[in-house]
Amino acid sequence: MNIAPLILDDRARGVFRVHRSTMTSEDMLALERERIFSRAWLYVGHESELAEPGAYRRRSVGGRPLVFVRGADSVIRVLHNTCPHRGAIVCRQDAGVAKTFQCFYHAWTFDNRGQLVGVPDEAAYAPGFDRSERSLQPVARHDSYRGFHFVCFDRDAGALGDYLAGAREILDLVVDQSLDGRMQVVSGEQRYSIRANWKLLAENSIDGYHAAPVHRTYLAYLQGTGAMRPGETVVTGRARALGNGHAVIEYRAPWGRPVARWAPTFGEVARGEIEAIRAELRSRYGDERAERIADWNRNLLIFPNLVVNDIMAVTLRTFSPIGAAEMDVTAWEIAPGEESGERLARRLHSFLEFLGPGGFATPDDVEALDSCQIGFAADGVEWSDISRGMAREPRPDDELQMRSFWREWHARMTGTRRSDWSDGRFAA
Amino acid sequence: MTGAAEDARLLRQLRVADFLSREAKLLDEWRLEEWLALFTDDARYVVPGTDDPQADPSRSLVLVDDDRERLGWRVKRLLSGHAHREFPWSRTRRIVSNVLVEDSPPGRIFAGASFVVWRFRHRHADPFIGHADYDLVDDGAGLRIAAKRITIDQESLSPNGALSMIL
Ligand code: FES
Ligand SMILES: [Fe+2]
Repeated sequence: MNIAPLILDDRARGVFRVHRSTMTSEDMLALERERIFSRAWLYVGHESELAEPGAYRRRSVGGRPLVFVRGADSVIRVLHNTCPHRGAIVCRQDAGVAKTFQCFYHAWTFDNRGQLVGVPDEAAYAPGFDRSERSLQPVARHDSYRGFHFVCFDRDAGALGDYLAGAREILDLVVDQSLDGRMQVVSGEQRYSIRANWKLLAENSIDGYHAAPVHRTYLAYLQGTGAMRPGETVVTGRARALGNGHAVIEYRAPWGRPVARWAPTFGEVARGEIEAIRAELRSRYGDERAERIADWNRNLLIFPNLVVNDIMAVTLRTFSPIGAAEMDVTAWEIAPGEESGERLARRLHSFLEFLGPGGFATPDDVEALDSCQIGFAADGVEWSDISRGMAREPRPDDELQMRSFWREWHARMTGTRRSDWSDGRFAA
Repeated sequence: MTGAAEDARLLRQLRVADFLSREAKLLDEWRLEEWLALFTDDARYVVPGTDDPQADPSRSLVLVDDDRERLGWRVKRLLSGHAHREFPWSRTRRIVSNVLVEDSPPGRIFAGASFVVWRFRHRHADPFIGHADYDLVDDGAGLRIAAKRITIDQESLSPNGALSMIL
């Protein structure tokens, strides 16, 4: 397959186009599995999800079944969830705490570090039977950054820290809203699927341009509840390419933020408490950083499929293709570890007003993605246009973020290397 | 159970089944203002995620956790013509069955029912299958809903993708 001509990136004319076969072809998806999902660092889970030794979560990452588990030695590991004997799925529950995992097929038993500890009738094997080479296999690479755990199926990939590049600073801003730097994943997952190519959700999650038209009913809710003045601009701020295909939009917006921007829907009683959080942030980080943490929103995409949106609450979202025209999505909420009771309830309430498949916004995003996919499948129009803001300092309602994603996508798919993901002239 | 007590229980069961059929009809016909009027002022409407039907929405992430005010905004939004996933409205058909009435204090009826909601749109047929638990106020002025809590049986909102209408 010739990938090279599928992206048109003309910086001189300020034109960027993507060929729509990138969104519809199963062959393209097979190549993406090989060149992107088998080689990039992928998010697997957060340390707070494994609170005690033996705690585990079953995960599917890049289409592969994995177990994310804290061993009896407290070390977090990521193991392929397939039996080294003859293949069966070993861990068959979504979450729990276990000392051992027993494969149901022939009853091989593994401890929570993945070591084979029991084989029925082991004497049937030749002398020298080596349990250690028949243990649950760890993924090729596994590392974490500030509580976020990632895996990579390519043994030769570079280090996670280098991969995350400028995204580290944005994750720092998210994590530092916890005064002891300890975020927790709130219990409860939102699982849904969308009849659209996975890359459409990467684009949508960092797209400030669609906020006003698509989320008009949410803005009406903000106005109706007193959070937003009529005619107020929805988003003002900036967009940046962070390297390696990651991108962020940072902006001010009318909605409340549990840390630490009060809005009328939080109720009068919360006002003092939120002021106190803000004061604490100031004394800890200084005025400028405290304001950035408290008042500014950020939608962060970590290439290829992790979204961290720190908006009216903080959501983590990953998505994986299950076909060229369908993806599975999982979303979580993360909150400062010190939050509980009323404070946590307030954050949860704030999350649901906008986010998730039952919120006032996400269903309309799902509709937009469905709709684009129907348009692509019609096959009459070959190219999509992603040129907005190419000749100016990029804003959150421009499309630099998507271009940065697509530039990395193109480099990986064609086996080339890039060192610049911005629009050149206006490199941040 | 004596004959009279059994008759009273069956009568209550029949009243609740009748009420739930009427509720389903209002939702199927998108008469959402009338549907909203079935709720008390302090009502709560909760849809937990598919991963944990027991989730407590004040401590766990769920799909929907509306008080009466936000439920009002939900209705307003769906009737606005700008809730894009439901404009034009999808066609729906709710089958409500297995209505059971529990022991309840005076003036209240705790009840449950199973449902299948079919949603048709963009040439797809997406079912939602589950159970609803109700806390109904029965104070002589007709039944009203003080709490409605949904359990979705599917493992994921798939392939339906979103909860864009009201269950
Ligand atoms: S496949 Fe697991 S014990 Fe045989
Ligand atoms: Fe959106």
